[in-house]
Amino acid sequence: MPTPSRDWREFPQRYRLEAGACQACDFVAFPLRLVCPKCGGREFVPAKLAEAGRLLTYTIIRVPPEPFEDQAPYAVGIAELDDGVKLTAQVVDCDFDALAVGMRVRLEFRKLSEDGAAGVIHYGYKFVPE
Amino acid sequence: MRDVAIIGVGMTKWGELWDKSLRTIFTETALLAIDDAGVDRIDSMVVGCMSSGLFTGQEHLASLLADYLGRTPVPAARVESACSSGGLALRQGFIEVASGMSDIVLVGGVEKMTDVTGCEATYALGTAADQDYEGFHGLTFPGLYAMMAVAHMHRYGTTREQLALVAVKNHDNGSRNPLAQFPFKITVDGVLSSVLVADPLRILDCSPITDGAAAVILCPAEMAGKLKKPAVRITGSGQATDTIALSSRQDLTWLESTHIASQKALAMAGRKIGDIDLFEVHDCFTIAEIMVTEALGLVEKGAGGRAVEEGLTARDGRFPVNPSGGLKAKGHPVGATGVAQAVEIVKQLRGEAGDRQIKGAKRGLAQNMGGTGGSSVVHVFETE
Repeated sequence: MPTPSRDWREFPQRYRLEAGACQACDFVAFPLRLVCPKCGGREFVPAKLAEAGRLLTYTIIRVPPEPFEDQAPYAVGIAELDDGVKLTAQVVDCDFDALAVGMRVRLEFRKLSEDGAAGVIHYGYKFVPE
Repeated sequence: MRDVAIIGVGMTKWGELWDKSLRTIFTETALLAIDDAGVDRIDSMVVGCMSSGLFTGQEHLASLLADYLGRTPVPAARVESACSSGGLALRQGFIEVASGMSDIVLVGGVEKMTDVTGCEATYALGTAADQDYEGFHGLTFPGLYAMMAVAHMHRYGTTREQLALVAVKNHDNGSRNPLAQFPFKITVDGVLSSVLVADPLRILDCSPITDGAAAVILCPAEMAGKLKKPAVRITGSGQATDTIALSSRQDLTWLESTHIASQKALAMAGRKIGDIDLFEVHDCFTIAEIMVTEALGLVEKGAGGRAVEEGLTARDGRFPVNPSGGLKAKGHPVGATGVAQAVEIVKQLRGEAGDRQIKGAKRGLAQNMGGTGGSSVVHVFETE
């Protein structure tokens, strides 16, 4: 089981949706990076992710990894947010039959998983239908 | 750079090998390759293995395998690039011989996957994805490829039946490969009624958990002529990387790393894709083979589903893909897969492929891929 520091250092991204905007071009890095993959720039200014977007693809996980065993089946998807950033998260509060490419979703703060009965509880963002 | 030849190949029956350890599986296979080449020495070893640590708790693998092969103190290196570890091992061995650093190099690939539970194996394989931004959200490998499938179906109209036909074709080929884990045929109805893993992918769209190894012996082409087996030359080698997080890709339906690696390998060989007689590609899931045929340029973007439906990639088609049975039927011990692709192509080019022989094959191409395409390795093989 990893130490809590592994979770803690991701809080800015997972709890507050903090990203970095490249000063030299329009790329928004999420998670934060030291080098812009688009232009090679190394200067970023803090930015916050757009909180809504459009689903590009999705699936329903029927055979889960261990930390998610009690949640299966559950939907996950990749959405393109309104600022152009693409990210992966679960899609919740949505019937599986209603999932569709192009559907509007917004990000909500939710519980994701637990490290066993006495370990860290992991929180982060999930998609819900807008 | 020196020309490089493969002068020996080895592979044993793949499957759930409960009675055999990691070191035994590797050593049996390496001995077959050494005996096939008829060499009395090796100068160096390169071994592809994705995760002996997570699958068996064993690291420091290259030295262990050199020891059990009775070859200490030869230099031995283990390389890792997820499911393309085997292809990368072949490339490193190729570079070592081409550069003049070593003459006779043993390249092996191995994975022992059944010493852990299915759940733990799923976790180990999942480490090839972005742990903090994909795995953290409950993604699995079938889940990632399922999302590529949904995007491909939405954009290009690829059908559920076309996906199934990839598995049916590869099992038909695998039914002629006695070393395959699943040497039997399946039907489209069988695929479509198998259990869902990650919609729309079902269990018969997925390559299995497998124990297995494969090995080849490389040497300078000029030295190969003096040995007992007909030599197959490696005329092209290409490798490329891409983001390992699927969400960071420009296009969820396109494998850029495979495209670039294949262009590099073909350029080195001085060949075009149409010059190649057979292909061993990374069909870890049915959608993967469809996308790989597009990235290699066998068909236009989006036409991979129709290609399998029309028989283009069948054993008797214009571009035979995965005559060995592919990862789907032959099995997928992840670190061994890239080396086993080379073994199959050498057997085909020597005319030793039995019931699945592609008649008159002179040139083959192997494409091995890590994760969802975060790495790709492509080699071109030729015989006179």
